[in-house]
Amino acid sequence: MRHLLSAGDLSADEITGILDLAEEMSAVQDRPVKKLPALRGRTVVNLFFEDSTRTRSSFEIAGKWLSADVINISAKGSAVSKGESLRDTVMTVGAMGVDAMVIRHMASGAPWQVTGWVDASILNAGDGTHEHPTQALLDAFTLRRHFRRLDGGDLTGRTVAIVGDVTHSRVARSNVLLLRTLGAKVVLVAPPTLMPAGIETWPVAVSHDLDAVLPAVDAVMMLRVQRERMSGGYFPTPREYTISYGLTRPRLESLRPDTPICHPGPMNRGLEISAEAADAASSLVLDQVAAGVSVRMAVLYELLGGAEEMPVTRAHEVLA
Amino acid sequence: MDADQIARACARMAHQILEANRGASGLMLLGIPTRGVPLAHRLAAAIAAVEQVEIPTGSLDITMYRDDLRSQPTRAVGPTHLPSSVDDAVVVLVDDVLYSGRTVRAALDALGDIGRPRAVRLAVLVDRGHRQLPIRADHVGKNLPTAASERVGVKLTEIDGVTEVTISRPAGTTTDPLGPARGESDPVEEA
Amino acid sequence: MSGMGEAPNAGLLIVGADLVGAGQGDLLMRDGVFVDPSEAGADVERIDADGLVALPGLVDLHTHLREPGREDAETIATGTLAAARGGYTAVLAMANTDPVTDTAEAAEHIWALGRRDGAAEVVPVGAVSKGLQGSELAELGLMARSAATVRVFSDDGVCVTDARLMRRALEYVRAFDGVIAQHAQDPRLAGADACCHEGELSGRLGLPGWPPAAESTIVARDAELAALTGSRTHVCHVSTADTVDVLRWAHRRGIAITAEVTPHHLMLTTSELTGYDPIYKVNPPLRPDEHVAALREALADGTIAAVGTDHAPHARHDKQHAFIDAAPGMIGLETALAVLIETMVKPGRLDWAGVAERMSYEPARIARLPHQGRPLTIGEPANVVLVDPQARATVDAATSASLARNNPWHSRELPDPVAATIWRGRISYRRGGS
Repeated sequence: MRHLLSAGDLSADEITGILDLAEEMSAVQDRPVKKLPALRGRTVVNLFFEDSTRTRSSFEIAGKWLSADVINISAKGSAVSKGESLRDTVMTVGAMGVDAMVIRHMASGAPWQVTGWVDASILNAGDGTHEHPTQALLDAFTLRRHFRRLDGGDLTGRTVAIVGDVTHSRVARSNVLLLRTLGAKVVLVAPPTLMPAGIETWPVAVSHDLDAVLPAVDAVMMLRVQRERMSGGYFPTPREYTISYGLTRPRLESLRPDTPICHPGPMNRGLEISAEAADAASSLVLDQVAAGVSVRMAVLYELLGGAEEMPVTRAHEVLA
Repeated sequence: MDADQIARACARMAHQILEANRGASGLMLLGIPTRGVPLAHRLAAAIAAVEQVEIPTGSLDITMYRDDLRSQPTRAVGPTHLPSSVDDAVVVLVDDVLYSGRTVRAALDALGDIGRPRAVRLAVLVDRGHRQLPIRADHVGKNLPTAASERVGVKLTEIDGVTEVTISRPAGTTTDPLGPARGESDPVEEA
Repeated sequence: MSGMGEAPNAGLLIVGADLVGAGQGDLLMRDGVFVDPSEAGADVERIDADGLVALPGLVDLHTHLREPGREDAETIATGTLAAARGGYTAVLAMANTDPVTDTAEAAEHIWALGRRDGAAEVVPVGAVSKGLQGSELAELGLMARSAATVRVFSDDGVCVTDARLMRRALEYVRAFDGVIAQHAQDPRLAGADACCHEGELSGRLGLPGWPPAAESTIVARDAELAALTGSRTHVCHVSTADTVDVLRWAHRRGIAITAEVTPHHLMLTTSELTGYDPIYKVNPPLRPDEHVAALREALADGTIAAVGTDHAPHARHDKQHAFIDAAPGMIGLETALAVLIETMVKPGRLDWAGVAERMSYEPARIARLPHQGRPLTIGEPANVVLVDPQARATVDAATSASLARNNPWHSRELPDPVAATIWRGRISYRRGGS
């Protein structure tokens, strides 16, 4: 794997490989020495154009537990206004000889552009309202674990509801791509104002009625409602949103028992998710956080664990 | 070696392990994936046949500790399964072929990060020579002098559907005894 | 004109060109006008135009020359050189410079720079509102009365959203036969960050959508205001089938509304955006196939009467941001005729007379330019482009006369039609130098 940009770039086998590897990585958290030497001498830069303490920390720990040198660069604030182009910023960091750049940017597509400017492996840690592939991987990891414990199965054939601001959600986009590849069914639930243009072409079911959807789903993924959407006229009031689309206590009770509840965080308790749902026994919110480190270790290993290029086959390798 | 010879080698090693440890107390068998793992279970079974005890048996993947990670595409990582804490256990590392010694070096590093065994021993089915590190096995199924250009192929029923050890010499090859060995075993097995 | 060919007093004779597709003939030019070819003397400079088509010099209703203010992106000299290479003999220079062309002095400055440095006629467009702020009228009348004789007014880059301001502007310019050229974009429907046609791709790429209705609703409103005021309005860079429908409705009602389409909207589609390359960021955005087809049809039947390039040069670093942050726009003067031949002439939608109409006669009429867009007949201004209908070439952004390199046609194989451009009887561009 050269880069990880989109959840849609991964085949089912590749996803399963990453999730299996993440299972091995998760054991590291229980060891006295929480470190593997695999990426010794490799340098990973977390280049964050947008604040995200939890995602950055998760990547930082993942890199460090693999013995990579991890450097955090906050490039927050509009580079446009400072006169420095994205290309300048990225090439400056690239010139330091880094092996991988973990990029978070408020603009959709920025990591794609970056691949044309530097040699490093690019890992998309969230681009605008587009994608967040490691979030989808950690969600799949968390849900797969849950279903394995529950009945020994995986995600194939499960129905997952993704509820909330799909339009502006990179978590939703990456999850739709990944879950579909893994053979799960996806139901998107949101008011029409928070559904992306062209949603009818997505391989998902669409509903505006959460109560009708919930009893039939195997998992619920709640999306965060960004504060700026509340004043953007996407829905009348937070109250109406909660009553219509929030995972309230009565809705929690309408779920089949054991139906796992996910949320990428940070949660707006009382808005899209009630405290009862967030803290329910079936809530996997903290499992998701723990899974984040394991999954990101797996991805970093996949990107940086081997040779930089396919090696030229030499005689002694043929013989070995 | 055929299946019978391999079974006898395992039985012999089981006896040696018990003898060296003066019994089964504190023993733990950790196989190095891929073929070290079924071998460890075979040894455990052979020990059980002698001593009527269940030796804790698991696997220890060493991929992340290899010194040649960067010389080829990303390697698949095998499972690590520890039956219990390795602290104060007498860990017997089990592998199919001992060659350069680099896999064992990696395994010792991995073990050190997991805990602090009382002692670590090494059991291998085949020792083919050509060590590149100061490492030797405590228990050897069979010493098999080979040329570096030869391939030693270990097959186990659990993985390959057949149990045998073969030596083959690829046509038109040259010898490179100190070349960076790709691990202990036949590259076919690692593909 | 530095580097331009100087016609000898004996004049310039074009021999054997196909005159606007109507048959072979000769063109003799002397002192900037066509004269009777039979008067050609032995010492006349001759251009053998066998196999070439002669069209009237092209007129671009929509050029950004960036001078004054952003001379690092383009200057009047380089922009008009690009125009000459593209077969243009006149360009209308949009008002969104720094300072904005919103006074007679600013307009005369550009006009004078054009006379000094231009390889084509530079006609300033005046701003509709002071500073393009959309709140108070700019000095429309003084710009009209200035030496620059401004007739086209536009806040291009931003939309005149205030209906009352638009109404007053339309009414006011009626006094001197001006026209308000509207950048039709309702900013509440397509805000500053809108950069992708709203549809399947914007949803998938997570890019802020630019719905067709943000254009067509403004055009419909402006048509009503033109009817109300009895004045003329012109729609810049029509990009949607929806707007084409509105234009047809307005034309049926006899409303004086004209429209232009850019070459890029005639050929490039939304699908170019999948790689997030800011080269393809333009405002209004590239549209899907069905819109492109509707625009070609509308240009063919005259619903859209003119081609305007919206040549928008940018300094390289302004395009090297994230897609959403990058400057919108693409250059197009040099390739406009090539794209028209590829999309309209070769498929039979327009003949050479149609090309002359859409790219020269009609733009000059809309802009009320007396010396441009005239037929190739004796006594008329000698503005000609010689077109090689067969030549093709791969576009190389590095060889552009423009200072800018935001060229979406780079590395594409297109017609390479312009053999020579003659402005006021002088060669302003000739392929292969001289």
